[in-house]
Amino acid sequence: MTNAVAADRPRVAVRIRLAWTLLSFGTLALAACLLAPLVGSTPIHLTTVFDRSVPYADNIDAQIFWVARLPRVLAAAMVGSSLALAGVVFQALLRNPLASPDTLGVSAGASLGAMVAITFALDFSLLGVTAVPLASFVGSFGALAIVYGLSAARRRGTSTIVLLLGGVTVQALLSAIIAFVQYLADFTQTFRNVRWLMGSLDVASYPPLVAAFIPMSLAWAGFATLPRVLDLISVGHESAAARGVDVERSERVALVSASLATGAAVALAGPVSFVGLIVPHLVRLMVGADHRLVLPASALFGAAFLIGCDLIARTIIAPLELPVGIITAIIGGPVFLWLLFRKS
Amino acid sequence: MAAVSKILKHAAVAVALIAATASLKARTTSESGADLPPSREALRRTAVALAEAGQVGRDAVRPQRIISLVPATTEMLFAMGAGNRIAGVSDYDRFPPEVSRLPKVGGLLDPNVERLISLKPDLVIVYDTQTDLKQQLDRARIPIFRYAHRGLPDITETMRSLGDRVGSKAEAEAAASRMESQLAAVRTRVAGRPRPATLLIFGRDPGALRHIDASGGLGFLHDVLELAGGRDVLGDLKQQSVDVSTEMVLRRAPEVILELHYGESLKTERLDDERNVWKALPSVPAVKNNRVYLLRGDEFVVPGPRIVMAAERFARTLHPEVYAR
Repeated sequence: MTNAVAADRPRVAVRIRLAWTLLSFGTLALAACLLAPLVGSTPIHLTTVFDRSVPYADNIDAQIFWVARLPRVLAAAMVGSSLALAGVVFQALLRNPLASPDTLGVSAGASLGAMVAITFALDFSLLGVTAVPLASFVGSFGALAIVYGLSAARRRGTSTIVLLLGGVTVQALLSAIIAFVQYLADFTQTFRNVRWLMGSLDVASYPPLVAAFIPMSLAWAGFATLPRVLDLISVGHESAAARGVDVERSERVALVSASLATGAAVALAGPVSFVGLIVPHLVRLMVGADHRLVLPASALFGAAFLIGCDLIARTIIAPLELPVGIITAIIGGPVFLWLLFRKS
Repeated sequence: MAAVSKILKHAAVAVALIAATASLKARTTSESGADLPPSREALRRTAVALAEAGQVGRDAVRPQRIISLVPATTEMLFAMGAGNRIAGVSDYDRFPPEVSRLPKVGGLLDPNVERLISLKPDLVIVYDTQTDLKQQLDRARIPIFRYAHRGLPDITETMRSLGDRVGSKAEAEAAASRMESQLAAVRTRVAGRPRPATLLIFGRDPGALRHIDASGGLGFLHDVLELAGGRDVLGDLKQQSVDVSTEMVLRRAPEVILELHYGESLKTERLDDERNVWKALPSVPAVKNNRVYLLRGDEFVVPGPRIVMAAERFARTLHPEVYAR
């Protein structure tokens, strides 16, 4: 009897910590979601936004709120949490603190898709999603196929480091093809390619969000099965297998989920750098290494972080706006360095 | 020493004179020269140029093998009747159609120096920002003419100094004055009309209001817009191109939206769809009053003689009532 109580105690402790983590990070993310649409490069009045006496077609403040800002904040939340989660999973899976959503080339694949669409002026759409994001998502799938092939080859006895090197090579190869496609582009297309690569969350409508939500929610469902497995894998494959984990299967779930999340995020917003690298580290500094806490906390913190960065991007040099990818790197880099050196 | 250099100079002039006469002859016999009648006038100019050469060095000899890395200056050379002296153009040159037969030597970012030098140019027109290329050409002792992208008045300015440099001063002056009077005519025609607040868009994602790139208060297209009777809604932002968010479009409320599409980037059957994309922002006066225009053409990207056409198209679009009369 006393033994059973003793065994339950850590589980209860984790539940309490999980509750606290969800509450605090959830509050942060929610506050970001609610406050960010109120601020922008120009002032709006909430009373005007919700004023029913002015028809929507004439209500500038309402359109700024519903078309320009809310989809943008939601996109930041979705992209931020997807990239952060993918970062957590890649870092655990590859047992490498430098791993990020860009490491295995999925993000380069998504960028290549977008570059092809811009350079060759592809013009098609599907359910309200236009050529550039669609091509980008297809590109991420191409990269995923290659990476998945590599992971399948792993089963024949290759190591994590080989998967990592293979992924990095795929990434470099795809970057070279991106350079080639850009070389074929004319001036105006080159300009647009470069801008796309800086990332943008100004989606200006809801269909792209709905479309991105489908692969993202599949990925999130995959992540939900992973916390215990990631804890064990980050210790070592042998001990994971000894605890009865089907390591290969779990790794495949992790790889595909993280790639799906990355592909959807890059297709929606462009390759927003740094979020997937530093948010997992920041979160681990705050909640520890237990993936039951790190995964949900990273999702929520990633959302809040990117919403915050985008808020800065659209106000700091108002009326002009900066591409959000510049802000994530400029803010994220020094903050991360500070945390690292403060800790040591 | 002085005597030797004098003799050398005379020899150089003599050689150049022979070469010039030979090429002039070649031009007379070939039927390609629609641009310049092989007249006594041309001969006189050659002689003048050569006389100048005797005093100011070989750079001033009327260049016969010009390479233009700038589409705008290529068009200027053709406009001043020097098209048949072009030996090579950039990869981006499309106009006039004659350029399709000329060797291509790369572009702003990737000039092919080897190919360029192998064409034995006696003048290369480069972008002023092509620092490496300028140094390489200097080392190869190939004279250059530096070009910089600026505002509308600089187009005719460049045309005159280029004409001066290639020994077609009178023709360049004539072409530049003609452009200026045509532009002045457009300005006069729309004078006194209300100037609609206009958002001039250089590009965006197809089918979406994403990555909108528009004209700020600098650059030749901004100048053309103002000349054609529009008021640039981003005119206070002193940069050539502005990343425009949907919030900015909504807040600035342009009365007219002009979208430029180049090359084959917009197919006719897609015109309506692309115009309808703007219906997501119904409060914008341009959308409400159905004044979103998609203009297709390459004359908008080349700050050369065709800018007159661009100005006329802007004016017709902004002030259809003036042109209907």
